[in-house]
Amino acid sequence: MKKLRKYRYKIRFPSRTDNLEMVRDFVHGLAVKAGFVEERADQISLAVDEACTNVIKHAHKFNARRMIDLAVIYDKSQIEIIITDKGKGFDPRKLQKPDLSKYIHEAKMGGLGIHLMKTLMDEVNYTFNPGVKNQVSMVKYINHQQ
Amino acid sequence: MSGFEVSRNDYDHISVLYLSGFLDAHTAPKFEDGLQKLIKEERVKIIVNLKNLDYISSAGLGVFMGFIEEIREKGGDIKLSNLSPKVFKVFDLLGFPALYEIYEDEIQAKTKYSETK
Repeated sequence: MKKLRKYRYKIRFPSRTDNLEMVRDFVHGLAVKAGFVEERADQISLAVDEACTNVIKHAHKFNARRMIDLAVIYDKSQIEIIITDKGKGFDPRKLQKPDLSKYIHEAKMGGLGIHLMKTLMDEVNYTFNPGVKNQVSMVKYINHQQ
Repeated sequence: MSGFEVSRNDYDHISVLYLSGFLDAHTAPKFEDGLQKLIKEERVKIIVNLKNLDYISSAGLGVFMGFIEEIREKGGDIKLSNLSPKVFKVFDLLGFPALYEIYEDEIQAKTKYSETK
């Protein structure tokens, strides 16, 4: 079987919320290049925004001296985004699906982002090694275009 | 430049916040400030007009969640209007239409407030 040609891109940026717009533009541009329609490229960049926001808030606790590594790899069949940090990991698998009415009552705001990531992407996987390397990898398939 | 703006218009007992640009974890505090100011001034019948909002992430949705109970306890509400299909989709994915009144335009939201005055 002929091997699919893979395209790889990488950026490293300081862990600050004012970089989110740049990250969305970067990922959106590559998703379109990979062959996703505009609406699906929007969904991919939203999922990446959510993942980076989680790293900035929870893993790095808004410490702007920390860095985030973001890799985008795509081929004809899919796009994969890998976000790596060396912060204090937290395990989103332990989070329950958010109960919105409870959220309102407790004025809690977390957990919505992870729910969005899972809804928007075809695969979301985490690996943890706090202080060494935490990774979230998200995949979306091109042929699942709605 | 943050790429996000909040402006406000007061009409009788209703206040409208107009959001434009990109509402994410970076810009959400600006929206929070806008809502906090309204609560302080006891202007709790609020419409958030999203006509010019290009983008929202869960950090922006969290602001709606964070204030709604206090506002409703004070006899007010946050009603939403003029959502683009793209922004509505994000609200919809998180189940917001069951918890917030969403109107096609600002006039409809205002009318709703007038009916329940």
